[in-house]
Amino acid sequence: MKAAVIVFPGSNCDRDMAVALRAAGADVSMVWHKDVDLPSGTDFVAVPGGFSFGDYLRCGAIAAKSPICKAVVDHANRGGYVLGVCNGFQVLTETGLLPGVLMRNAGLKYICKHIGLRVVTSQSIFTEGYNAGDILSIPIAHHDGNYFADTDQVKALQDQDRVAFTYTDNPNGSVSDIAGILSENRRVLGMMPHPERAADDGHGGTDGKAMFRTIFQTVVAA
Amino acid sequence: MKARVHIMLKNGVLDPQGEAVRHALGSLGFDGVEGVRQGKVIELDLAEPDASKAEAQVTEMCERLLANTVIESYRVEMI
Repeated sequence: MKAAVIVFPGSNCDRDMAVALRAAGADVSMVWHKDVDLPSGTDFVAVPGGFSFGDYLRCGAIAAKSPICKAVVDHANRGGYVLGVCNGFQVLTETGLLPGVLMRNAGLKYICKHIGLRVVTSQSIFTEGYNAGDILSIPIAHHDGNYFADTDQVKALQDQDRVAFTYTDNPNGSVSDIAGILSENRRVLGMMPHPERAADDGHGGTDGKAMFRTIFQTVVAA
Repeated sequence: MKARVHIMLKNGVLDPQGEAVRHALGSLGFDGVEGVRQGKVIELDLAEPDASKAEAQVTEMCERLLANTVIESYRVEMI
C-alpha cells in the first residue's frame, strides 16, 4: 500500500501519522502542500493534525485551497481513500469532501486528554477492525472540534450510517456527540480524535492500531 | 477600490465566543447585555476600478474562501 501524508506549514502530527502507517506496513511518502500531484500509485492519503497556516481565517480554510488539496480531492473523487485527523478533518470539511464544519469548542478551551470514543459503524475500512458499540480510549487535542451541521445534514449522516464515531462524554459541544464522519462512498473519514497517538505500546494505549491494520489489509487485498 | 467584508455566524448557530464576552461584560457590571455576537471584518484593496465588477469579485471571494457559508453569513460593503 502506498500512502501519502500531506504536510502543511503548521502540521505537527504528520510524523506520528507516518509512523503509525509504516508500523501497519505501508510505504509512506511525505507530500508538501505546494506539490500539485500525489506520488503516482498513491492508494491512501492521510491529512494530519496540527495548525496548518496558523489556523488563519478559519481552521483548515487556507490549507484546503493549497495546490495539493486539489489533488487530494481528485483522488477522493476517483474513489481513493482519505483519512483526515483533527486539523485534517477541518481541512476535509473546508474542501467540501465532508459535510459540516468544526467550530470553537463550546467551553472555549483547548482540550488535550483521552476520551471515550464509541464506534458507531464497522462498515468502513477504517472501522471494520472494531464492532459497532465498542468504546475506545483515544486522545483528543483540539480547540476547534465542535462539529456542526444543520439538522437535515445530521439526519442524513445518521440515516446513511455515516457517523463513524461519537463521544461517550461530549467534550466540545459537537452536535449529536459526533466525533468522526464518513463520505457517501465510505472511503473518506474525518475524525477529531487521534488514532495515530494510540497505536503503539509506548503511547499508553493501542486502541487506534486496528484502524491502521484494517486500512492496510483492505488496500493491499484490493 | 476598497471593499469591506463583514462576516458573522448565522442566526441559530451558537457563538461560544460571543457568549463568553457577554458573561465578561456582565461581570464588569454592564447589566442588560442580552446578546453578543462576534464576527470578523476583512478589508481589501482592489485593483479593479469598476465598483460593480469589484463587488462581484469580492462576492466570489466570500463564497470560495472568506466565509464558510455552512455557518457564516457575509455582507460586502464597497468603500
